[in-house]
Amino acid sequence: MVVVNTEIIPGKSIVEVKGLVQGNTVRAKNIGRDIAAGLKNMVGGELKGYTELLTESRREAMSRMIAQAEALGANAIINVRFSTSAITAGASEMMAYGTAVVAE
Amino acid sequence: MDKQSEATILTLAIYVGLPVLLIGVGWLIGGISESSHESALRKREEELQYIEVTSMRTPPGFSASNSPCVLVSGEAVIASDAFKSWIFALKNIVGGESKTYSRLFERARREALLRMKEQARGLGFDAICNLRYDCADIGGNASAPKGKRGANMAVAIVSGTAWCRKGN
Repeated sequence: MVVVNTEIIPGKSIVEVKGLVQGNTVRAKNIGRDIAAGLKNMVGGELKGYTELLTESRREAMSRMIAQAEALGANAIINVRFSTSAITAGASEMMAYGTAVVAE
Repeated sequence: MDKQSEATILTLAIYVGLPVLLIGVGWLIGGISESSHESALRKREEELQYIEVTSMRTPPGFSASNSPCVLVSGEAVIASDAFKSWIFALKNIVGGESKTYSRLFERARREALLRMKEQARGLGFDAICNLRYDCADIGGNASAPKGKRGANMAVAIVSGTAWCRKGN
């Protein structure tokens, strides 16, 4: 599965468009991480727990999107975009969407 | 010293001394970590300068002989410190640019971009096109009522398509 965020796949031609595919996930960190973030807020520095949260969310959302594209019989996803929204403190929704295509 | 003035001093110590102490600690440790982070960023940026990053939609000068493209991404969450939050609260009264927070967001963005570049380097690519920046609201700070807000932080999400400049 070729996944790119460009409108074309460089070096390949798109022979069929299968349609929009998307995957989303809402993830939360445990309360310990939230307390640690509150403490870190005094002295500054990277919130590693939250960075991890975003990385995990992105992977999960992307794998769901790829599964959808595979179900449609596509072999590539182009023009992938990410979107996020806040649900409550310490949780985030990550959504990945793109166009599933067959490329040769 | 009578009991009442003792209580006044204690109250003052709790309501003035503690915040001042926290802001002072934030200023000291936050400042040190900020400047060390920035110098680390400069060093890593120099190392990864050979990776050409563009926001163009397609890789410029790509031919069929190049190896296939891959989606790369990076993210970083950097916390504000007590000093920066206090400065911002003051700035919020009079308005205008908050230089301390601008600097914080710039750090988050540079860190996320570097992580993406490191991912591209790990996969053997030397260029990235169609760069996109995103933001997220993990704390739910924009919508939550005061007192229920999470930590003040800068979140940067970046994605792009990695490609090889030279053909095979």
